[in-house]
Amino acid sequence: MKKLINAADAVVEDALHGMAAAHHGLRVDVGNRIVYRASPSPGKVALVSGGGSGHEPLHAGFVGYGMLDAACPGEIFTSPVPDQIAQATTAVDTGAGVLHVVKNYTGDVLNFEMAAELAAEEGVRVATVLVDDDVAVEDSLYTAGRRGTGATVFVEKMAGAAAEAGAPLAEVAAVAKLANARSRSFGIALTSCTTPAAGKPTFDLPEDQVELGIGIHGEPGRSRVPLATARELVALALEAIHADLPLSGDLLVMVNGMGGTPLAELYVAFAEVAAQLRGRDAFITRSLVGNYVTSLDMQGFSVTVCRLNDELTRLWDAPVQTPALRWGR
Amino acid sequence: MDAALARAWLEETARVVAAERDRLTALDAAIGDADHGTNLDRGFSEVRRAMTGSSPGELLVSAGSALIRKVGGASGPLYGSAFRSLGKALDAERDVTLEAFAAAFEAAVSAVERLGRAAEGDKTMVDALRPAARALARAVRDGLEPREALDQAARAAEEGAKATIPLTARKGRASYLGERSAGHEDPGAVSAALIVRALHTVATRW
Repeated sequence: MKKLINAADAVVEDALHGMAAAHHGLRVDVGNRIVYRASPSPGKVALVSGGGSGHEPLHAGFVGYGMLDAACPGEIFTSPVPDQIAQATTAVDTGAGVLHVVKNYTGDVLNFEMAAELAAEEGVRVATVLVDDDVAVEDSLYTAGRRGTGATVFVEKMAGAAAEAGAPLAEVAAVAKLANARSRSFGIALTSCTTPAAGKPTFDLPEDQVELGIGIHGEPGRSRVPLATARELVALALEAIHADLPLSGDLLVMVNGMGGTPLAELYVAFAEVAAQLRGRDAFITRSLVGNYVTSLDMQGFSVTVCRLNDELTRLWDAPVQTPALRWGR
Repeated sequence: MDAALARAWLEETARVVAAERDRLTALDAAIGDADHGTNLDRGFSEVRRAMTGSSPGELLVSAGSALIRKVGGASGPLYGSAFRSLGKALDAERDVTLEAFAAAFEAAVSAVERLGRAAEGDKTMVDALRPAARALARAVRDGLEPREALDQAARAAEEGAKATIPLTARKGRASYLGERSAGHEDPGAVSAALIVRALHTVATRW
């Protein structure tokens, strides 16, 4: 294993020191592992998210004007703990209430539930929205439900814009639910990833195969197929999404890198998405290409599609100023 | 069980979890995200540092709180709630009978099932804990000595963990794999069996 680290068990903390030094718009409480906006907007509904580390820039990279008020990074691929989330929640509450944006994984859900109870005891009104956009997982009694992946960026951006515009908690939560309900993702891995603690790849993936339907924790996906062209892999991803959410109307499309894929290859994939949507009754009116929800050093990509309406388009376009997303301000 | 035995149980669990850390993580790499051993080791190291109390109940509640504080993931809240429920059910009693312990253990397993919304057969820690609770209750009914009763509970947990191998996971991260989760022992069931076995190991007197 080759990694640019000082020690395997210090990665999360050292990276937080780096974020604090690099981004003056953030206030970083390294000891408690909470990343705050340095200058919050007074009186608005606050947004708190969090999850395992290793998905950067998610979530701390989305703290700032028009998006999150605080992020709680856990250990690598491990959800944050209740005290940490509750502390962040209590600290950012202006009295208007706090929205928890939670990716649907058993650990994240349990820890945020406990945190919401703790914050409620302190008198904070908390609403929770679960993100579960990954079509690779069947949402049935026989799974923990769909995973939250790429749509988390859309939910945090759109709900954050609604909060910045002064919407009350119920309305901000409704925006988040709508953004999630209209979004779907599918991911494909070319390689596994290596957590610093384990020191070797989480799963073995032969040179000539790819893993379909991966999540964002280096967990294996649903099936393996021979390595194919970007055209064929994008077709697989779009078909999986289309089977669940017909691709029509105005679309926000993100081609997201898993951390180890060159940007040029992500643009190759985006070109395929655009070409393959042509001729359908679908129009890419907004787009995002880059590494936003990653899996450490994994090579691969995911496609996330959101069926926009006027409200969601307006919220997506609203000004944002965070380390990882910034426009219009 | 007195406070010294409760303390010894938690110490022994911390020792075993540290020794088995890499095996638990390897099991998790096969069907999860390769951190179960690391996370539990971090949690029980904190238990060792932070456990406090003069009765078994207080000690176990403090251990549960430490796990919730430190572990994260699903296993933090689940094991944390289990130990807290166990401790609360024992109240401030300084000398706990096996019968009272078995009833408290039942409450702890129910807490895990409720919080995790999991049942036996879902390929989770419940597959070790539920059989252990059943074996313990039966042993109490049959009037077995504590050490023998705990051995039977540990054995039931270990058999329950082994029996997860052919199962398809329906809860937790392994459920995302669908049928590909079959053929692997569930790491949560294995760690649950280690915890029950640790109590048997130190319960040379009750």
